[in-house]
Amino acid sequence: MGDVFLNKADMDVHPPRLHTDYKSTILRAPTKPLLLLKPSLSEYTGPVFGDMNIGEFDHDLTINGRKNGEPIGERMVVHGKVTDQNGKPIPHTLIEVWQANAAGRYVHKVDQHDAPLDPNFLGAGRCLTDAEGNYKFYTVKPGAYPWGNHYNAWRPNHIHFSLFGGGITSRLVTQMYFPGDPLLKHDPIYLGVPPKGRDLLVGHFDLGLTEPSFALGYRFDIVLRGHSATPFENL
Amino acid sequence: MKQTPSQTVGPYFAYGLTPQQYNYDFPSHVDGNMVDPLTTPNTITIIGQVLDGEGKPIDDAMIEVWQNDGEKALFGRYGTGTDPNNRFIFNTIKPKSVNGQAPYVTFVVFMRGQLIHSFTRMYFSDETSLNKTDETLNSIPEHRRNTLIAKQNGNQYQFDIHMQGDLETVFFDI
Repeated sequence: MGDVFLNKADMDVHPPRLHTDYKSTILRAPTKPLLLLKPSLSEYTGPVFGDMNIGEFDHDLTINGRKNGEPIGERMVVHGKVTDQNGKPIPHTLIEVWQANAAGRYVHKVDQHDAPLDPNFLGAGRCLTDAEGNYKFYTVKPGAYPWGNHYNAWRPNHIHFSLFGGGITSRLVTQMYFPGDPLLKHDPIYLGVPPKGRDLLVGHFDLGLTEPSFALGYRFDIVLRGHSATPFENL
Repeated sequence: MKQTPSQTVGPYFAYGLTPQQYNYDFPSHVDGNMVDPLTTPNTITIIGQVLDGEGKPIDDAMIEVWQNDGEKALFGRYGTGTDPNNRFIFNTIKPKSVNGQAPYVTFVVFMRGQLIHSFTRMYFSDETSLNKTDETLNSIPEHRRNTLIAKQNGNQYQFDIHMQGDLETVFFDI
């Protein structure tokens, strides 16, 4: 069981529930104001996965979907640190990722985009942060793809992330984007985030993390809501 | 430090977050069986749909359930895309009352069209007396309180989540 001090979701950076440019919000966003809740035990805690069995290649999307060869695409490695709002690392927390293949096609059965599936790429992975809150996984760069939100709508390249942190209130599902992507300024999902928050969703290219003759390196640090209990705060 | 902003789970989460339920070739680490119903006495089943503003069942929502009564902490996850009626189905046990509150489970609702997930709670219709004195339930206007109370039928509880409309579920700012 995790243990966390609650901080509110910072609506200076989080997207609003209703963002009409993103059409699916119109029939799905709650319309009534959220009710303030006095937290109880279950809101101060959350599921922990620190001792779960992570498969040997769960963190390597270039390997975990192979059938008869290597996936096609630009190989990359993503590094990052997961911290709370005080900058304190969150160790042994679960990160799950999923993404389109290099051609911009998801394995998901409802994705009908006319781009090839890659028999050697599933596009799903997971890892735990280490004792210092660091994570790393290998993949190929996901492609952009069209979607039905409006005429000629394309999603920018992105990797979906899911994190838990110390409690259920620090739960976060987000997307990492790529620097300089020209589609960002046309994407209502990305633009749903207030201007102050947008750069926080863009991974940074890092030559120092780039593995020579193997994979381009990116850094994507993640800050979760709340802060952990420390002996100091308990005094 | 600024929190990393939320983004939608999108329509294609299934092979990443609920792979076995949707028959993808990747092991799930969590599913709708928060307990093993075959070996756990007093297993209850929580079943429901997620409905949009037109009252249509949503077939690409992902529901997470979390409960912790100090004795047992349980977590489950289920996508609404595999059941023919787009229901979520959780097998769990009823949590105990904590500090005299009515027992409840926490629901976290994710879907395409939600840029940030929603929190709600499910209470139990057969906990009449604790529900009546519960501080949280009593803080909710009476006509909306019932949106949080699952209807018992034997060991099953029916809990539909309405995103909008007259029956809009109460969502919480936690």
